[in-house]
Amino acid sequence: MILAAANERARTITDTGFEWPTWPAFWRTVSLADYNTRVVIIGTTLLGIAAGVVGTFAYLRKRAMVGDALSHATLPGIAAAFLITGAKSLPPLLIGAAISGVLGILCVLGLRRIPRIKEDAAIGIVLSVFFGAGIVLITFVQKMETGNQAGLDRFIYGKAAGMIFSDAALIGAVALAVLAGVLLMFKEFRAICFDAEYAAAQGWPVMLVDVIMMSLVVLTTVVGLQAVGLILVVALLIIPATAARFWTDDLRTMTLLAGFFGALSGWIGSSFSALLPRMPTGAVIVLCTGLIFFISMMFAPLRGVIASIVRRESLSLKIRYQNLLRAIAEVEEQAAPGISVPYAHLLAERSWKPRQIRGLIRRGFRRGDLHAGDAGGLALTSEGRERANRVLRNHRLWELYLIRYADIAPSHVDRDADMIEHVLSPEIVRELEKALAEAPPIPPSPHAGEVFA
Amino acid sequence: MSGWDWTSDGWVTLVAAMSAISCALPGNYLVLRKMSLMGDAISHAVLPGLAAAFLISQSRAPLPMFFGAVVVGVLTALLTQAISRFGRVEEGAAMGVIFSVLFAAGLIMIRQATDHVDLDPSCVLYGNIEHIGLEAAVGGMPPAVTNLAAVLVLNVVFIIAFYKELRICAFDPALATTVGINANLMHYALMVIVAITTVANFESVGSILVIAMLIVPAVCAHLLTDRLGLMLVISAMIAGLSAVAGRVLVVYAPGWIGVEADTNTAALMTVVAGMLLLLAVLFSPEHGLIGALLHRMSFARQVMREDILGLLYRWHEMTRGRARSMTRDEILNAVGRNFLSTRALRSLRRRGQIEIDSPVTGDALHGMRLTDTGSRRASEIVRGHRLWETYLRTHFELPLDHLHMPAERVEHFLTPELSAKLDDALTGPDVDPHGKSIPKTSG
Repeated sequence: MILAAANERARTITDTGFEWPTWPAFWRTVSLADYNTRVVIIGTTLLGIAAGVVGTFAYLRKRAMVGDALSHATLPGIAAAFLITGAKSLPPLLIGAAISGVLGILCVLGLRRIPRIKEDAAIGIVLSVFFGAGIVLITFVQKMETGNQAGLDRFIYGKAAGMIFSDAALIGAVALAVLAGVLLMFKEFRAICFDAEYAAAQGWPVMLVDVIMMSLVVLTTVVGLQAVGLILVVALLIIPATAARFWTDDLRTMTLLAGFFGALSGWIGSSFSALLPRMPTGAVIVLCTGLIFFISMMFAPLRGVIASIVRRESLSLKIRYQNLLRAIAEVEEQAAPGISVPYAHLLAERSWKPRQIRGLIRRGFRRGDLHAGDAGGLALTSEGRERANRVLRNHRLWELYLIRYADIAPSHVDRDADMIEHVLSPEIVRELEKALAEAPPIPPSPHAGEVFA
Repeated sequence: MSGWDWTSDGWVTLVAAMSAISCALPGNYLVLRKMSLMGDAISHAVLPGLAAAFLISQSRAPLPMFFGAVVVGVLTALLTQAISRFGRVEEGAAMGVIFSVLFAAGLIMIRQATDHVDLDPSCVLYGNIEHIGLEAAVGGMPPAVTNLAAVLVLNVVFIIAFYKELRICAFDPALATTVGINANLMHYALMVIVAITTVANFESVGSILVIAMLIVPAVCAHLLTDRLGLMLVISAMIAGLSAVAGRVLVVYAPGWIGVEADTNTAALMTVVAGMLLLLAVLFSPEHGLIGALLHRMSFARQVMREDILGLLYRWHEMTRGRARSMTRDEILNAVGRNFLSTRALRSLRRRGQIEIDSPVTGDALHGMRLTDTGSRRASEIVRGHRLWETYLRTHFELPLDHLHMPAERVEHFLTPELSAKLDDALTGPDVDPHGKSIPKTSG
């Protein structure tokens, strides 16, 4: 039945071609020339700022999905306010929304305290039961006074395109309130976001700060309902904040960045939907936040996926390279400095793939650590020897330390030392030297006398 | 709408009950694994799956749409996990990101696909169960019945077949892995089941009822029992009950409040389920609020009774046996004059633990004293108290003035067996740290 009506129109389904906007139209939108477009774009941009900023704290307080329960819980309030006042004027509807939204949050917090009901279940219960109650009321209104409720749907899916000046002004006022609240309470918010128990022990009024923070969330959600709808408003709270988290560890920067991402999505999203046909504004804005999230998750230098893959790979390359140098140094130790080590020996030393080891050897030549020795083997240059001996020394020091202080059998220390030798900082090496007093420049291998195949 | 009509209302109720039960069963595992919101996320996120299948197949054929939705539903679970793992994002937030972006994409796709028709995504949200009534009225069994019956059977079979695996994964995934059950595989199997259930239920009852039925009956059942098998049965019963009661209300409630109006059946069923949950929260024997309140109250009465017994015992001891009784006023002044204490006095007399000095006159000025049974009980209490003080003094080296308060609390929990153990551990002391003698056991 979802698409029942569409069935009859099956022929027109293919008719999804875009009508690309003309240049003048594009320019008019970007330059905010039309009054209506201007109101919508400014309104959604302000909403993006407010939601991004306040969402940062909701996200860090692990209240992301509580926002979802909150937005769904506004519906019965809207319907009830409509039933009582019988008018479609905005203020009573929004007040109703705020009241039932707060009630929903209180229910989540109350249910969570009951043994056996976990936070996720509490959120799901409030979300579905309140929304169900809202739908009951709305259909009730609809069937009692025919056609009168047409306006209430916009709270579910949002109707940013129908935004008028007073709506945008209201959003602006809320955005100002949010910014003022965050500026004034920044320290308090930070304290309860990172360690509420510690904050309470320090004497902060955690309860009060929490209430203020949640009121800002409620305000933003309620004014956002009309623009993006109650299903998607939570996206504006969560996504910019989550995206900003990838870029920084600093709360101030994160808040600014989340506000910026929110604004950007609001601006680009509403411009897009003004330019292209059949683009529901709220959904386009959410897609924009999604795109920003994806870019941040992938490419952010601090916590992004690619950055961490690169870091991991470069560490593992460094480790493999140091292992190669150490392998040669160990042969030198047995024989004589400057000896040429045959390639086959190195290949047998560890489970290296030929391709891998060739890459490592090239790296050694490039850095001047290796040079071609006699009989097609490899030999260390003097810089290479210095580097290799440092790694070997770290390895041996750690082995000695494990044997002496951790009571680990000599046959078991090699692998542990293998992992730690690459990350020993000079300070730790000094500490080890102190602990192991008068260690020789390169301690002898504890495995001497063991037979290596 | 007037009165119950078996052809239409009967079918509607049956469909609603089947869909509610088929949601409630896998919902138990979601609730236990703290993944309740997965159902919410999946049911919102399947919208682009439906739309894409519609665009690709160019028809409203049920099968492609079903598969499109199920694939996207499972994808939601996968993506959520991927984001929270690789992006190190908290799981709830990751879920929020994924489902809202997918839902937004779905809305846009639907708008793009159907410019001219009023294709209402709200059907996805609150379903169109009334339609089933109309279908039934026109031509016998509605097609939704067979679909939902199939899903219900699938879920029951899945749960019975993998009962052991699902249970161990629900409570301890790490243990599951060590005993050779692939917890990850079970997780995704469950996600597939949830996605199938969600999608199949969509058209008839709408996602809001699906979300409610995945969570609410399971939470109710979890409040009522500790056994998984029983929890599954109870949750199914609660789901069925909400469906029936919801439909009955739709038919009769408008008449009760005197209006000619109709409302949304699926939404009302969610509200009924919410009410049932409220009842469970209040009246659950073990975890309910009322139960906890009653338990606290009866404990407070017990403490008061024992305090009075202790008081009389100590009075008797202090006066070296010269005065055995205290007047009612004296007692009440000592323990606090309130409803609790006067009630405790009455109850102690009824239990034969205290008596009036001279029962012949019954004068209120006459004192109250311990009977033999009361005296035995009182000595047990005082014995526990003093043993505990001795124990604290011996093993924790608390100062003398810090011993009374903890002992005052513990005395109500010390059974004669525990006291005997304390006595053994302290090798039978005669006096407590304050120099008062510790009563011996009477038997």
